[in-house]
Amino acid sequence: MRPLHASIESVGLLGPGLPDWPAATRVLTGVSRWQPVPPMLPLPLSLPSAERRRSGDVVRLTIAVGLEATARAGADPATLPAIFASSGADAQNCHEICEVLASAERQLSPTRFHNSVHNAPAGYWGIATGCRAAANSLCAHDASFGAGLLEAVCQVAVDRTPVLLIAYDTSYPEPMRSVRPIPYAFGVAMLLSPARQAAAVPLSWSTASADRMEDQALERLRGSVPAARSLPLLELLARGADGCVRLDYLDGARIELKVSHAA
Amino acid sequence: MSPLALTSFTATSAIGRGLDATLTSLRAQRSGLLPCRFETVRLDTCIGEVPGIDRVKLPAELAEFDCRNNRLAWLAMSEDGFAARVAERAAHYGAQRIGVFLGTSTSGILETEIAYRHRDPCSGALPQDFRYRGAHNTFSLAAFMQRALALAGPAAVISCACSSSAKVFASAQRAIAAGLIDAAVVGGVDTLCLTTLYGFHSLQLVAPTPCRPFDTGRDGISIGEAAAFVLLERPDERLDSDGILLLGTGESSDAYHMSAPPPDGRGAREAMLQALAAASLEPGDIGYINFHGTGTPSNDAAEAHAVASVLGKKVPGSSTKGATGHTLGAAGALEAVMCALALKAGLMPAGLNTRRVDATLPVSYLCENRPARLARVMSNSFGFGGSNCTLILARAG
Repeated sequence: MRPLHASIESVGLLGPGLPDWPAATRVLTGVSRWQPVPPMLPLPLSLPSAERRRSGDVVRLTIAVGLEATARAGADPATLPAIFASSGADAQNCHEICEVLASAERQLSPTRFHNSVHNAPAGYWGIATGCRAAANSLCAHDASFGAGLLEAVCQVAVDRTPVLLIAYDTSYPEPMRSVRPIPYAFGVAMLLSPARQAAAVPLSWSTASADRMEDQALERLRGSVPAARSLPLLELLARGADGCVRLDYLDGARIELKVSHAA
Repeated sequence: MSPLALTSFTATSAIGRGLDATLTSLRAQRSGLLPCRFETVRLDTCIGEVPGIDRVKLPAELAEFDCRNNRLAWLAMSEDGFAARVAERAAHYGAQRIGVFLGTSTSGILETEIAYRHRDPCSGALPQDFRYRGAHNTFSLAAFMQRALALAGPAAVISCACSSSAKVFASAQRAIAAGLIDAAVVGGVDTLCLTTLYGFHSLQLVAPTPCRPFDTGRDGISIGEAAAFVLLERPDERLDSDGILLLGTGESSDAYHMSAPPPDGRGAREAMLQALAAASLEPGDIGYINFHGTGTPSNDAAEAHAVASVLGKKVPGSSTKGATGHTLGAAGALEAVMCALALKAGLMPAGLNTRRVDATLPVSYLCENRPARLARVMSNSFGFGGSNCTLILARAG
């Protein structure tokens, strides 16, 4: 295939020990040590109070990283097509629905039900930002970040529009945690555009193994949260360095990106 | 956008397995909606169940994917020569050059719902045979189809509630236009489960009798299950005049409410306008519209106003959900296949169960089948979270 190109205009990040992109930059460049403390998810003040009350961790996480990325690029979130990628969407809500349905009464709350859709964060994002552009919500299990990235880069290339990519995951409680052990909430947003500035990324396939993080603790994070499969790319962006990264995607396929920073 | 050809397609729903059975039911105006006897569900509603899913046995090499949703996918993919056609094209393009983009809203959640009834009484653990990746995870459908069809290109599930398997057409179109792939297996599969039956019930959105879209007395949805698959490729000289093309797609968000559309249907309107623009068509070019038409009072009203504001009041249309039920994440692809059948067979299918069309809705709703040589048709799909998608399909000749 011919390589696909996009520019990464900005990043928003919220994960364990990574409270925002500047703090993450210090960790990823080795200036500060990574502390595995669960992230504080800010109240989504941009939502009307009724929606804010109904929203869970996934909504806090995605709005926080989405607004960080758009603010850093000086972009208006109300105008941007958005792509949400997640392995399990609202894990806590899914567990609670299954518990209710296993009970005798099966009294499911309407809010729990509408929050159960995989695209609930996209819906809340639209309400919070007033954005009526297309929003997509994808899942590819452990390959969800890669699937979201491919979707975003195709949209940038074909529609010649900036696109906001938000990849995120949250932890299941038990008993699901034992079968899908995602230890931390982690969200990353990237504003991608067709303009050739910031970090330009041509993308292609590879069957070679994915890049790992040198730091063993960060490597465990990369391996345990699907959205954190983005870490090798984030490290390169944090260092402001040109280079090549291979990101985990599906079995037998990796996404290879060549990153070059604008002069 | 450059048109794409639907070089193979199939659908299985409560009104039939495969295209012949589906068309026979459409011609006979037969609905597949029956009183709900599903699993342990005790709700006063009707459902569109596909018979025989419980008896499907996946081959051993696909056993890790066993769940109701993937069994229905397996049942459906062998109809109408679909799997064989995909294999033939994979040999032509290469397995890496065919993408898999499928819509589902609930994937294999039924298996998880049942597993939660069988947790270890001491530890609370799920049963040993619980499979998260193969059954529960939303991606399970695309992973299963990719494996079953021996494909090795990009794959994703798009899960945007009831617009999911309409939006897969747009994503596949972009991936083909970008050169990422040469062809795509798109479609949707959603199967009955407790989450949706009790969930829509909690919102007081399920009808006690078979749903009656656009009826003056409409009182909610009937939930159905279905699988529909389409192979999308660039058109070539082998496409005859009977061939079906995807001409345009449109996607928008409501930015309004999680489970209700704005009364003027402005997000729906935007999706339809985008699809017309992508297809380089005028509103007068559309000969039939397959409404989203769920049968709830507010959904149908919002859609009717949106359609009237784009196409006017005269374009004949119907919701096939009176026949199949609302198949949720499979609805977009199922109704795209209904549109392809309408184009091929020269038939505008009736909206079943609707006795008295709501006179306050500015639409030309079909309560009886109408033969027509159609050239271009539109299909709407809207979902929770304010997710809207419109597709435009056409005859090649």
